[in-house]
Amino acid sequence: MTVTTETELERLVALRLAAAGVPDPEIPVLTIEDLGILRDVRFAADGHPEVVLTPTYSGCPATEAIRSDVLARTAQVDPQARVVVELAPAWTTDWITEDGRTKLREYGIAPPRPTRTGPVPLQLGRRPEPVVQCPRCGSEHTELVSQFGSTPCKSLRRCRDCAEPFDEFKPL
Amino acid sequence: MANPVTEVSAPASADVATYAIRLGDDALILSHRLSEWTARAPQIEEDLALANIALDLLGQARTLLAYGGAFSGRSEDDLAYLREERQFTNLQLAEIENGDFAVTMVRQLLFSCYQHELYRDLESSTDAQLAAIAAKAVKEVAYHVEHASTWLLRLGDGTELSHDRTQAALDAVWPYSHELFGDDELARTIADAGVGPLPSALREAWLGTVSDVLTEATLTLPDDDWKPSGGRTGLHTEGFGYLLAEMQHLHRSHPGAQW
Repeated sequence: MTVTTETELERLVALRLAAAGVPDPEIPVLTIEDLGILRDVRFAADGHPEVVLTPTYSGCPATEAIRSDVLARTAQVDPQARVVVELAPAWTTDWITEDGRTKLREYGIAPPRPTRTGPVPLQLGRRPEPVVQCPRCGSEHTELVSQFGSTPCKSLRRCRDCAEPFDEFKPL
Repeated sequence: MANPVTEVSAPASADVATYAIRLGDDALILSHRLSEWTARAPQIEEDLALANIALDLLGQARTLLAYGGAFSGRSEDDLAYLREERQFTNLQLAEIENGDFAVTMVRQLLFSCYQHELYRDLESSTDAQLAAIAAKAVKEVAYHVEHASTWLLRLGDGTELSHDRTQAALDAVWPYSHELFGDDELARTIADAGVGPLPSALREAWLGTVSDVLTEATLTLPDDDWKPSGGRTGLHTEGFGYLLAEMQHLHRSHPGAQW
């Protein structure tokens, strides 16, 4: 269903504003808009407005919390609004906004490096370490501690200059 | 597993549903095995890593089982918690017991490399939902492959003791890898319809990746000898019943419990 009237457009804008401000439960400095997981706000075929979300990782436990938070906020704007989750196209960290990247850095998490386009490359064996900047002191002299951190979306690194451990948002 | 992750539309045929449940069972059962390491891994970073990999697999299992179950009106919970041993169709590689850390890592390398080839192919499936699930999951599995490869290099090309234990693990786990590439009637139907790859067609690329890692890890590829199979038809190893008992106990004791 396409938007035909100004009133309908206003309804969608109001819903988008309500949904966009929902924070990520695990990295609360980021909103779902910063993360790039708020995919669309539109009218469904049956005329009901719906907010479309996409999950970050298949098993991310925050997805259900985000869905209910979005529903709670949009219900205040439009009780008829639904929240739907769509998998395709698959979310990528490249969709995190510039604003989101700045917030991550200030929060102490290194923002994700750009992903390569095309199929995910498999790199095996010992290989050159990627350059990841320490979000605290800015040094590029950092090392990987573990590919998997406190949540699936982060890896754990250590700065060799300021000696602080920090999280990196993994490129996906 | 209270609410489905996505709105579930039913697959087009019983064959696609059965196929989705097969892949979902693989992910679910390996996820459960990995979760058994929680609070028992050799270091805290590894505890987190194994739990994270288990979580990725659980997420994949949920979307696959919800999709496959929708054909017959069964939820992901019905499939995970209320089926009997002979009704599970996972590959035996996914269920074999954790053993020592080397066994777990060898199993993970063999399985993740297989899953990576599979999902990469499924991305262009004629079934839109399977293609969407695979396009997401393939990126997660790339990290699993990298994690397992790093450990294999460290263990295989480590001390004499770590090398020997890893070689012993490889010799013990290798026979279960053959079942990953076994074709049966359903697999052929699925391949003919362009829904998924023929399992046997994945082996060459899989073997290439796996051999590269094992060779660099100074490990020797075992001879192809014993080839246990039967997982796809519900035949499982002795340890599988105990796994189900633990996985299903809470749900069966408190039907419908939520928190």
